[in-house]
Amino acid sequence: MNTATQSPKPRVAIHKFASCSGCQLAFVNMGTDLIELTKLVDIVHMVEVGHVAPEDEQVDIAFIEGSITTPHDVERLKKIRANSHYLLTMGACATSGGIQALRNNADTAEWMRSVYAKPEYIESLSTSAAIANHVKVDFELWGCPVSVRQMLAAIRSLLFGVPPVISREKVCQECKRRGNNCIMITQGSPCMGPVTRTGCGALCPTFGAPCYTCYGPAESINAASFGVRLMGLGLSAEQVARKFASVNNAAPAFSEATQLFSGSAWMEE
Amino acid sequence: MTSAADRDPNREIRIDVPLLTRVEGEGALEFTARNGKVESLFLKIFEPPRLFEKFLEGKDFSEVPHVAARVCGVCPIAYQMTSIRAMEHVFGMVEDPWVHAMRRIVYYGEWLQSHALHINLFAAPDFLGFTDAIEMARRHGDDVKRGMHLQALGNDLLRMLGGRSVHPIGLRVGGFHRAPTKHEVADLVDKLLAARDTAREFVAWAAGLPCPVDEQDFVSIAIQHPHEYAINEGRLVSDRGLNIAFAEYPERFREHQVAHSTAHYSMLDGSSYFLGPLARMNLNFSQLPEEVQDLSHELGLKFPSRDMFQNIAARALECYLAVVDSLNILQAYRLPSRPWTEFTPRAGVGHHCTEAPRGMIYHRFELNERGEVLSAAMIPPTSQNQARLEQNLNSAMEHFGLDHSDEELCELCEKVIRNYDPCLSCSTHFLKLTVHRE
Repeated sequence: MNTATQSPKPRVAIHKFASCSGCQLAFVNMGTDLIELTKLVDIVHMVEVGHVAPEDEQVDIAFIEGSITTPHDVERLKKIRANSHYLLTMGACATSGGIQALRNNADTAEWMRSVYAKPEYIESLSTSAAIANHVKVDFELWGCPVSVRQMLAAIRSLLFGVPPVISREKVCQECKRRGNNCIMITQGSPCMGPVTRTGCGALCPTFGAPCYTCYGPAESINAASFGVRLMGLGLSAEQVARKFASVNNAAPAFSEATQLFSGSAWMEE
Repeated sequence: MTSAADRDPNREIRIDVPLLTRVEGEGALEFTARNGKVESLFLKIFEPPRLFEKFLEGKDFSEVPHVAARVCGVCPIAYQMTSIRAMEHVFGMVEDPWVHAMRRIVYYGEWLQSHALHINLFAAPDFLGFTDAIEMARRHGDDVKRGMHLQALGNDLLRMLGGRSVHPIGLRVGGFHRAPTKHEVADLVDKLLAARDTAREFVAWAAGLPCPVDEQDFVSIAIQHPHEYAINEGRLVSDRGLNIAFAEYPERFREHQVAHSTAHYSMLDGSSYFLGPLARMNLNFSQLPEEVQDLSHELGLKFPSRDMFQNIAARALECYLAVVDSLNILQAYRLPSRPWTEFTPRAGVGHHCTEAPRGMIYHRFELNERGEVLSAAMIPPTSQNQARLEQNLNSAMEHFGLDHSDEELCELCEKVIRNYDPCLSCSTHFLKLTVHRE
């Protein structure tokens, strides 16, 4: 660990790109645990709480929130990667491109014109990209947003010198453990739990609401077959496509499913 | 020590602060002074265009709250609530009293979380002379922990109805997916009772922070309701005679774009205006519960106020309001037969405004007969406050005088900006301060 400096404590940086700032709140919402955390690590860069370190400052762990949407972002990210021992993505934007990746398949220039009267003032790439599209990522922390527990567990693991435990199982498994009735089976609710990774605590189904893919694709899913099942509940192909085109729309398994149900190719499934 | 030349008001100055810290999100400020006069001074907002209004097109009413929340992780309730209410207007729905009360609770949660975070972690270090709250905690441990305790309580309120505090999942068109159980409410009532004194101490501490005085001439705008300190329902009023329904917003308020910023600027009849806790206090103080008004009087606070830094005391008083009024509502809690109202989607246009922690937010939704979005507009408080903030910076700077060191000028600029609690995540991603003196 502590390769970067002579500081007795490992150094942590939290960087922000295009995002809603909600994942950084996992730190800011720790409450007094944040004070405890600073006894274990030095938070050298986190603009929101008042720490600014130069981008070329060496750190042990860099957390990245947000997706890459401008040419300047790319340069900044490369500098961060070069100076970080471990680089972890934090949340859907950094890990899959986030909700703003919905523009990747759209006519961005046309969209810019419709939102901004003077689009020439705005500098922007035509895509919103995951961090891993540009640099090597050591660990991915999924979720929209990530939770306080996830962040503390990841830091604790790295301090112990072991890789963070990253769960890939489905929301359904967590939902069963909570003893919930399945809302898909009992109410015909179009719940995305069967294709979505756990991490939220099966929050939506516990509230009686259908899951909407905050934690991204789970391991070994069959999105095409599941989409057809959703159509069996009465959804149109277009509605099924929209179900996959949520906050993790650019995660490969979900973007493929979105494309599949946007056309007529699903009929061959 | 600075020499006289460093304080010469006519000197050529160029100050660059690469990142303004302790605000929500990131942005820039540029400041040129020539021959002792402020020439241009503006807040530069680089909003990596996330184009939310376009993502919303084609989504249906059940998906809108999920998408809208993602504009801002700090004030997701503002986005969810305002869009839900705008769509309920399209569907011709009347708000159920239980739903109305619970919407106040979840919004109080967001206010408490956001206000306590702002005062504690963003504003207080400025006035007590620390770079950040962690450093401040070494000297003022109990004060920082008290703020964190209130922030956590806000998150508890959010979680009870929303499931989680960031991007809550409990809200839907018609009301809530799930009603809290009686024992969940009872647990929270206990916490709120225990927090009442903490909140009073917090207000006294925040109101006593050594803030400068910054008398400004501005128009306050807030929602006003006949029977309560408005959050979710009412009419838009100002202290200069504005009194309109939410649907009239587009006729009176205009957005425009400027070269130095990617956020839109809003003007009321061509002039700037001010939103947020101080604007709400200035317009609605008499509707606060008696014990909140009493605390304000005890501490010698006076509303309406033209002193911009009273925004901090106003924000703190709203924390106490959140605790007191949540208690009033939750102590009379009853389970509803169903936590939402039924409806049938139909086509039309709906407008709504609510009071986000930082000030009024406006949404307009046009839906088709299946309840799918044809067009959406969302105008956050930060872009509405932007023109006022720039005027504030200008006049505060002239008042303060350029015969101060660059460092002192910079500090004042930062204090003025933070005082608005701008949520640049809603609209911005990069704030740096550049001062040019020629």
